[in-house]
Amino acid sequence: MTVAIVDYGSGNLRSAAKAFERQAAGREVMVTGRAEDLARADHIVLPGVGAFGDCVRGLRALAGMIEALEENVVCKAKPFLGICVGMQLMARRGLEHGIHEGLGWIDGEVVPLAPTGGGEDHRFKVPHMGWNELSFRDPPHPIFAGLAPGAHAYFVHGYRFAAADAACVLAEVSHGGPVTAAIGRDNMVGTQFHPEKSQAVGLSLIANFLAWRP
Amino acid sequence: MLKIRIIPCLDVKDGRVVKGVNFVDLVDAGDPVAQARIYDQAGADELCFLDITASHEDRDTLYDVVRGTAEQCFMPLTVGGGVRNVDDIRRLLLAGADKVSINTAAVARPEFVAEAAEKFGSQCIVVAIDAKAVASGGWEIFTHGGRKPTGRDAVEWGKRMAALGAGEILLTSMDRDGTKQGFDIGLTRAVADAVTVPVIASGGVGTLDHLVQGVRDGHASAVLAASIFHFGIYSVAEAKAHMAAAGVPVRQEPAPAQAGGSAPAPARDRAAEGANP
Repeated sequence: MTVAIVDYGSGNLRSAAKAFERQAAGREVMVTGRAEDLARADHIVLPGVGAFGDCVRGLRALAGMIEALEENVVCKAKPFLGICVGMQLMARRGLEHGIHEGLGWIDGEVVPLAPTGGGEDHRFKVPHMGWNELSFRDPPHPIFAGLAPGAHAYFVHGYRFAAADAACVLAEVSHGGPVTAAIGRDNMVGTQFHPEKSQAVGLSLIANFLAWRP
Repeated sequence: MLKIRIIPCLDVKDGRVVKGVNFVDLVDAGDPVAQARIYDQAGADELCFLDITASHEDRDTLYDVVRGTAEQCFMPLTVGGGVRNVDDIRRLLLAGADKVSINTAAVARPEFVAEAAEKFGSQCIVVAIDAKAVASGGWEIFTHGGRKPTGRDAVEWGKRMAALGAGEILLTSMDRDGTKQGFDIGLTRAVADAVTVPVIASGGVGTLDHLVQGVRDGHASAVLAASIFHFGIYSVAEAKAHMAAAGVPVRQEPAPAQAGGSAPAPARDRAAEGANP
């Protein structure tokens, strides 16, 4: 069994790789920028740190990578996890510093966080940075197995996934209005938060993802 | 609801903790990675390393520390001190830092903040501001560890840094730092209310009430503290319980299931230390 973490030059892959290695239970964890490596992966992870447009550019710069993702995730239905901007890339398009085309796997747009209210209490800062309480769709998706409602995950982002189909929203948090915390359909999921930075909650989610057989 | 973060800060010099925790059971109290692991288990919301290594050339040890920490702790890590250029940031991020804090270099060349935010994203660029109250009212920022005045107003500077792409501001009162008299609430509030990005309050924490004041009165999104945790005066859990009781939203969850059993207890208890916090 092999987990492929796609390396397209975006931010720091080290902590993601280490978290997966810790939960790998004998699986190989492969950090790769080579499209052909996805063929021998059983699980595929797309991390992402930085701006949507930069990440799209980084992904396109890898010869054949987008085609290999389509082939393995959409056609062959291998379990897929997008993290933070990696999750946002699943959208049709992103509106961060211009309009950028995403992978288009889940209908929706990535739009600026614009928390409403707050006023006197000054709580709704952007970026949305820190630990927030997850509320899961009922019944919870298998990647949330064993997590209590209200479990905390670590977020750091200034844009949010506005899904066209509410059925694709697997979890939300509140930050001056509802914010999509996880999306998914069929064999693919994405988390706006960072499981690799979310201590025990994040490690559980990674273990659940690796055990997931959609 | 987004929770208020509690961030212990460790001073690291030549790869060793110079101001850190005295924990029982900790064989090597100078090992930053061992201390990071303890804070991870204790439920700290983030961790901050401040590198005070004198020579820029001797910083390789810092990268090893960051690397070791990221391999063992699955929590957010901010690293600051001596960050001068884009290459410094890249090396820290590749080693496993989540955020990098910029101070003197931002004052020397404000465009550096914009370049860094553009390259790595605002979410990983923290601008550290060291400020002192001035006689004419307001606060002036200082660089070089608080030694060099700049003539710049802290509130205006905070706004400019956020506009250039800083994702967060780490605000330290030089007047209060080390005094244990509490945050400079006026300063904290003035900056926090002036910017849309989160502000971390720092400098002066001596009691758990000070943490509450930083958030309730200073409008900080996070509180950074060093000595109250390092000297075992309070644990992170006690700080969170106190803040929760005062109505401040904090994350209280069971400690992460880490190998190695329960977290070591602080070496000195409050009875021994509390009289002179």
